Amino acid sequence: MTTTTRIERHHYDVVVIGAGGAGLRAAIEARLAGKKTAIISKSLFGKAHTVMAEGGAAAAMGNVNSRDNWQVHFRDTMRGGKFLNNFRMAELHAKESPQRIWELETYGALFDRTKDGKISQRNFGGHEYPRLAHVGDRTGLELIRTLQQKIVSLQQEDQREFGSYDARIRVFSETTITELLLDGDRVAGAFGYYRESGEFVLFEAPAVVLATGGVGRSYKVTSNSWEYTGDGHALALRAGATLINMEFLQFHPTGMVWPPSVKGILVTESVRGDGGVLKNSDGKRFMFDYVPDVFRKQYAETEEEADRWYTDPDNNRRPPELLPRDEVARAINSEVKAGRGSPAGGVFLDIASRRSADEIRRRLPSMYHQFKELADVDITAEPMEVGPTCHYVMGGVEVDPDSGAAFGHVRGLFAAGEVSGGMHGSNRLGGNSLSDLLVFGKRAGGHAASYADGLAARPKVAVDAVEAAVETALAPLQRDTGESPYTLQQDLQVVMGDLVGIIRREGELADALRRLAELRERVAKVSAFGGRRYNPGWHLALDLRNMLVVSECTAKAALERQESRGGHTREDYPAMEPKWRQVNLVCSLDGDTVQLTRKPLPKMRPELIGLFDRAELGKYLTDEELADFDALVADAGEADNR
Amino acid sequence: MSAKRQFRIWRGDETGGDLQDYMVEVNEGEVVLDVIHRLQATDAPDLACRWNCKAGKCGSCSMEINGKPRLGCMTRMSTFGDEETVTVTPLRTFPVIRDLVTDVSFNYEKARETPAFAPPADVAPGDYRMQQVDVERSQEFRKCIECFLCQTVCHVIRDHDENKQAFSGPRYFIRAAELDMHPLDSRTDRKEYAQAEQGLGFCNITKCCTEVCPEHIKITDNGIIPMKERVVDRRYDPLVWLGSKIFRRGETPQTSVTTARQGSATPGSARGGVHSHAGGSHDPRAEAQAQSGVNWHREVPHPTAPSVDDRGKLPLTELTFDRAAAPSPFGDDVTFPLPPEHLNFAHPEQDNKH
Ligand SMILES: Cc1cc2nc3c(=O)[nH]c(=O)nc-3n(C[C@H](O)[C@H](O)[C@H](O)COP(=O)(O)OP(=O)(O)OC[C@H]3O[C@@H](n4cnc5c(N)ncnc54)[C@H](O)[C@@H]3O)c2cc1C
Ligand code: SF4
Ligand code: SF4
Ligand code: FES
Repeated sequence: MTTTTRIERHHYDVVVIGAGGAGLRAAIEARLAGKKTAIISKSLFGKAHTVMAEGGAAAAMGNVNSRDNWQVHFRDTMRGGKFLNNFRMAELHAKESPQRIWELETYGALFDRTKDGKISQRNFGGHEYPRLAHVGDRTGLELIRTLQQKIVSLQQEDQREFGSYDARIRVFSETTITELLLDGDRVAGAFGYYRESGEFVLFEAPAVVLATGGVGRSYKVTSNSWEYTGDGHALALRAGATLINMEFLQFHPTGMVWPPSVKGILVTESVRGDGGVLKNSDGKRFMFDYVPDVFRKQYAETEEEADRWYTDPDNNRRPPELLPRDEVARAINSEVKAGRGSPAGGVFLDIASRRSADEIRRRLPSMYHQFKELADVDITAEPMEVGPTCHYVMGGVEVDPDSGAAFGHVRGLFAAGEVSGGMHGSNRLGGNSLSDLLVFGKRAGGHAASYADGLAARPKVAVDAVEAAVETALAPLQRDTGESPYTLQQDLQVVMGDLVGIIRREGELADALRRLAELRERVAKVSAFGGRRYNPGWHLALDLRNMLVVSECTAKAALERQESRGGHTREDYPAMEPKWRQVNLVCSLDGDTVQLTRKPLPKMRPELIGLFDRAELGKYLTDEELADFDALVADAGEADNR
Repeated sequence: MSAKRQFRIWRGDETGGDLQDYMVEVNEGEVVLDVIHRLQATDAPDLACRWNCKAGKCGSCSMEINGKPRLGCMTRMSTFGDEETVTVTPLRTFPVIRDLVTDVSFNYEKARETPAFAPPADVAPGDYRMQQVDVERSQEFRKCIECFLCQTVCHVIRDHDENKQAFSGPRYFIRAAELDMHPLDSRTDRKEYAQAEQGLGFCNITKCCTEVCPEHIKITDNGIIPMKERVVDRRYDPLVWLGSKIFRRGETPQTSVTTARQGSATPGSARGGVHSHAGGSHDPRAEAQAQSGVNWHREVPHPTAPSVDDRGKLPLTELTFDRAAAPSPFGDDVTFPLPPEHLNFAHPEQDNKH
């Protein structure tokens, strides 16, 4: 009993877990709806992962090309996701993102401008028109700072009205939530600890919005920070919600793997376009061995021919280094697995020996400077060590598209941002994440507020649940026989990186599941050295079980889905299968085992499917679906004739 | 390519601590933060240190490396000599929580006090029109990653906790500047606010903040100095210098600014030009009547009583003051050069020539 009485308690109407773009936008909405709102974040206010986004935020404002509109954006998003997206989310996203961007300007954001003074938009892969609102290469920073400052301005209003900045919206920074608390099937609160002091804190609230971001820390090479341990995914599972699309992770084939100071940073494909070649530890230019038959005709067979292509592309075939991303990734993967990798587990990307230093500096200025400044690596003098890098998780909490309310058997739980699933299907287009955060952050915040309004009585937190949460949290500190959390994290990263990485095989996935089961036992016995105050070892020990359960979901779903699509590549099933397009893989938790079920995708509304060409749909849809489509078109034709 | 290197890291909490020595493996191309991570994974699993992006984008990993405030993730090991011991300490200006983690809440409090963007009343979302050249000035300041290195290096608060209440620091001066330069911000008193409430007057443009800024924001030249310039017709700064040449020390009718402590500022009293902070005033009519040449018996106008606030206290703090640095000892209504005949001054050498 003594433990629970010392716990700090707070009462809120809406608790938002996560202070990235999605969390802050949700909190603003809940506060504007008059709800007493808490924002909780593992790091300091304004440091969430969203700051790292560079490219921009996609919104069909049509400022640069007036032909752009939500229909085109919708089409691009569905194509990018290989038609596995939740069509309703893609539709809402395409329709609402311009308003969400314009709204940021009223909060003080300063985007780059067009000549006529509007928000400038840039081109990006997969987007038909220039569509990404941007601020140099720091769009994410602008987004988060703007939202942060909007929250401050709301706090200033409250200060004037109630005499306290914290009256209606308060930020709890460096606070980690470890457990959601339920009253029956309703959310009743969230339990966690202050990182600074190690003291526990209990938020009693009828509505919780998850906006905790992604899962990349489970991978050896990732562009993600320590925060990305899949906490929100795991919290949702444990509260009875479901996850979808967990097999889809975005990898980039060439991220730096060494030196550690730049590990995970992406090397643009233009390095290869400008003459960079991939070599293994024997110094062999290995890509020639990996040209698949279908591409045989377009790609050079000898180094001489390949090298001539750079200057004379009309009379020579392309170098195999320029094969599609997944082919390159597969080749790198195979070389590493065959023991011909670089010391850090990648391969060598060599441009230094092929182009003069001057030319490299001229053609790749930002690459050159980035590596020079961050790692003192001179790409004009030595080859880079590169390998596949984990970047973004498409999968996440299965939500109602309109409200962001989690499916499964829990009420009062909402999710938005990278932690939610469905919007991006099997692959996310660049720039669609930042606008996703705003559109669905606002929706989740608003619906959480009205859910809280509609409750007759506040759900109650059960004392024994809190005690159990305290016990779980303290356990690693009280054990001294277990392994170090750092070792366990490394082992987990190896399993995921090697066996559930960018290219997957049935045998390896099954092996991964066995190893994850072993790791689970070890993680259950982890011990952390030191005290409760700002102890990163302890924090990691607590994050591990989240990483583990989320990794299990990914491995299970990857094993189940016998096709290749977007962010899921199966070497044993290299083709995209229309019948798999109709299926979402849904993960849930039964006790502490991950259950996987198949669930049909919702059927796209006629006016939306009508936006596509039949020829394009032919690549994605089954014959029955195509027949339906033809009937639809015929109907519409008749209607026109009448 | 890897070698053992000597690190000294401050370990402890608010009750005290000391530098501890570690021998740690360092590989080519690593940054200080990598080494700290290696220590966490080996000898010091509970070593507390903030970080997020490891790419100089989030401003979490601020620390003092060999005494210099820096980002751990942007400080390459190759910048140190092979035998050099690397000493890492927490930011000095903020209270230590544990090891390299400090309590930076000071900054968030100052952020909260700085008035937010005030959107133009009659422009609908989507109708904002601004030219790139006009947004660029503010954009420079919006590059700020809130690493608070400029805050920790600024001497006004670095070893002077007592100034913290009255001084927001360079990060928030550029926030005010950013809004001042925002093409569509509808508040017009950003400069006055910075002078009156943020303690801009404490800043004596040492430029240390600009030097440490990892985003290379020209905090002083582009932010602070323009903010210090008063509303156009009240420029006077260079004349303070002139004044000190004209009056000999001790004769200067100086009104020194009392040690700046927050408290006396009542909202509204902040507006520039409400009362004369300089104390004395010169009556041009009296001046005109003064005889030409040196007249030591000339009657100098009597100082008028300064206005007091509603608690009867002098609002003579930099907080409520409408400009940077010391006030003009001559009063606000004097323009220079003064007519020579108005000066009680005789140049000894020139006089001798007569
Ligand atoms: C290098 C890089 C570049 C990118 N570039 C782009 C781009 O150009 N365009 C684009 O659209 N997208 C881009 N993305 C993707 C995009 O940045 C992210 O998907 C997006 O920022 C996620 O935002 P979020 O609000 O969901 O979560 P985040 O911003 O990651 O925030 C998560 C929040 O949850 C908190 N949190 C997590 N767990 C807990 C817990 N247990 N308790 C309390 N708080 C918790 C964290 O502290 C944090 O505040 C990029 C990503 C990376 C890594
Ligand atoms: S220039 Fe001003 S704000 Fe900057 S460090 Fe010096 S005194 Fe501080
Ligand atoms: S102005 Fe520069 S030094 Fe100061 S907080 Fe911002 S980025 Fe850091
Ligand atoms: S970790 Fe983000 S700036 Fe260093």
